[in-house]
Amino acid sequence: MTPKRKQRLMLVGLLVAGVSMAVGLALTALNKNINLFFSPSQILAGEAPENTHFKIGGMVVTGSVKRNDTDSDLDVRFSLTDTAETVEVSYTGILPDLFREGQGIVATGSMKQGVFIADQVLAKHDETYMPPEVADALKAANEKKDGETN
Amino acid sequence: MIAEIGQFSLILALVFSTLLATLPLIGSLRGIDNLLLLAKPAARALFLLTLISYVCLTLSFLNNDFSVAYVANTSNSYLPLIYKISGVWGGHEGSLLLWTLILATWTMAVSFFSKGIPEIMVARVLSVMGMIGFGFLLFTLLTSNPFDRLFPVPLEGRDLNPLLQDVGLAIHPPMLYIGYVGFSVAFAFSVAAMISGRFDAAWARWSRPWTNIAWLFLTIGIALGSWWAYYELGWGGWWFWDPVENASFMPWLIGTALIHSLAATEKRGVFKAWTVLLSVFAFSLSLLGTFLVRSGVLTSVHAFATDPARGLFILIFLTIVVGGSLTLFAWRAPKIVSRVHFNVVSREMAILLNNIFLGILCFAVLIGTLYPLVIDALGMGKISVGPPYFDFIFMVIGIPLTAMIGVGTLIRWKNDRIDRISTPVMVAVALSLGIGFSSPLLMGHYSLGAGVGIATGLFVIVLNLANLMARTSKGKRLRGLKSTPRSFYGMVVAHIGIGVFIIGVTMTNTYSVEKDIRMIPRDIHNINGYEFSFQGVTTVKGPNYQAIQGHFDVTKEEKKLTTLRPEKRTYLVQQNPMTEAAIDAGFTRDLYVALGEPLEEAKAWAVRVYFKPFIRWIWLGALIMALGGGLAASDKRYRRTRQSTNTSSSTIDSTPLSAS
Repeated sequence: MTPKRKQRLMLVGLLVAGVSMAVGLALTALNKNINLFFSPSQILAGEAPENTHFKIGGMVVTGSVKRNDTDSDLDVRFSLTDTAETVEVSYTGILPDLFREGQGIVATGSMKQGVFIADQVLAKHDETYMPPEVADALKAANEKKDGETN
Repeated sequence: MIAEIGQFSLILALVFSTLLATLPLIGSLRGIDNLLLLAKPAARALFLLTLISYVCLTLSFLNNDFSVAYVANTSNSYLPLIYKISGVWGGHEGSLLLWTLILATWTMAVSFFSKGIPEIMVARVLSVMGMIGFGFLLFTLLTSNPFDRLFPVPLEGRDLNPLLQDVGLAIHPPMLYIGYVGFSVAFAFSVAAMISGRFDAAWARWSRPWTNIAWLFLTIGIALGSWWAYYELGWGGWWFWDPVENASFMPWLIGTALIHSLAATEKRGVFKAWTVLLSVFAFSLSLLGTFLVRSGVLTSVHAFATDPARGLFILIFLTIVVGGSLTLFAWRAPKIVSRVHFNVVSREMAILLNNIFLGILCFAVLIGTLYPLVIDALGMGKISVGPPYFDFIFMVIGIPLTAMIGVGTLIRWKNDRIDRISTPVMVAVALSLGIGFSSPLLMGHYSLGAGVGIATGLFVIVLNLANLMARTSKGKRLRGLKSTPRSFYGMVVAHIGIGVFIIGVTMTNTYSVEKDIRMIPRDIHNINGYEFSFQGVTTVKGPNYQAIQGHFDVTKEEKKLTTLRPEKRTYLVQQNPMTEAAIDAGFTRDLYVALGEPLEEAKAWAVRVYFKPFIRWIWLGALIMALGGGLAASDKRYRRTRQSTNTSSSTIDSTPLSAS
């Protein structure tokens, strides 16, 4: 083999090794860090597994937000609905600025004994904005309801 | 009337971009000098027309002309003056016009600062930039015209999103766009080189300062965005792996790789094909970023009002750019030959590794960003990729990459021996490991991860300083430092910036204290020896908002440091509540207080109290990197005119024309 060929082979080898390492790393890490999204209907239908981390989205039910004010912890409970089903959410911390009753939000966390324990609550920075996941979930729930009434 | 002038010059700009995109290129292929010479005037006319259009839109903002739909949607007569000016790019249409203006500015800049470059090359470069300009002008006029009228004319505008009413964010988009669009110059040089079929050191040398400047602005733009997110979003984070952040970070990673491979191509004539590909990718990723932000496929704080037509247009444009340039590449690739040999221990190899590592990082970010979109498009459910994925990849790849920076800059081109550099490397290893692993002892609790991070950052800094010293070790240090070229300083400074950045990230991520607590007036909360005493809230009034302002006295060891006044604002028009954090910034720590929500009918407040050590180093590091990029770009080597190159074998001689 000429030195030039050798060099080229080395380069290609390095590139292949690098890329396969990247793909391997990325896929392994990806598998561990994917958050699935479920709507309240899907959760009550048992689609969301217990003890895994996932996202939930829906509208905050009006009148459902309850802070435990006397406690020094910032515990808060509220209900999320996709208009068909409702799931109770529990969160400790400060809610985002645009968290309001009737607003579409997304929360990350896991289900424990029928309550969604959230470690993050996201509301988008625009009052008219609806997270696409939530919009789709609402639409799916509505279609289901329509199907039942027809 | 003003809006019509703006509209009209935008259409004229489209006409000129068509001329620029076609005539000089045809002239260069057919050898028609008159067509070739149209490139520079056309480029300047394109700039002037786009500028007029932009000024007209700005005037419409200043005049509160709410008959222009875009102004009505993004401004308000009570908006402070500075935000009326920055509000021009506060929405989709205007920011697209800014993008086009910046592209036209780069095009004009190339037409002026191209003295040493053969006219035929300049014509081709400008033509390619004209094509890109054509694409964006057409995009603006067809799908996002900022001058559309609104009828009936509203009495008042809907106001600029309160989040965007901020100085940091006012300058973030222009910086970012200058960077994004700047990569189009490197792209245009590569396409021009592919058209001519000549890939020599001269081509790389012409491309380098432009790439450096684009990279510099992108670096500043990203840093500004991160800084803004930190103080304005009110959660004290500095990077969220938000898809839009990723969209700006990917061109940065590839742009960084490009800067390095351009250096190798210029100095040693290696990696030519790779450099061409990188410049195509850097610009394509900038376009991809635009597509991701503008099409509304992403859920993000940055997402503008969505319109599928816009997404489709950019997607088609992206396909043409990537497809066209890759086809050209496939056709010309056999012509690209590197007859250069280098050894395993050589600067070339270090740069190759740097490129592979940066490529892997970019690829990983790309997967993490696009994977959820692909899954969604296939109807396989909705997912999102969490920050731990990105953190993990950057830790695993980033630490060896950074360690390599230190060693790589010491190694000579072509052929070097390990033992030549082993002494400084061993000293640096000992020094950085020693300091790195002992400094966490000074903090509250020991963290091995912090040790690794600090040691890595120090290693880069120490070795780059050693490198500078090594150049000048023989006596006359001062004279040696003076004669050292700016590009060398640029390299050393930018790499030190990376070290500073890494130390900042490590300290902030390891030793931040974040407390969300309930406080009533007279409550005192202690974090790391700092006592935050809540004095209650008052109501204050701003020009276009009302706010509840909290008062927090901060004391340390009985000494009063400062009073922090975080605000909860309600803007009069959009009625969105907004958190304004109060920050006491310092070189080694930030104190951060933000008001959460009122509790018990406003007798108590939920409050965020954060202690953020070394967080300024993150942005300081980025600024130092940008400074390095500026130093490198200002090297007088690039300003040398009339370089005797073997490239001007075309029908036109470069000498008589370069004075024009």
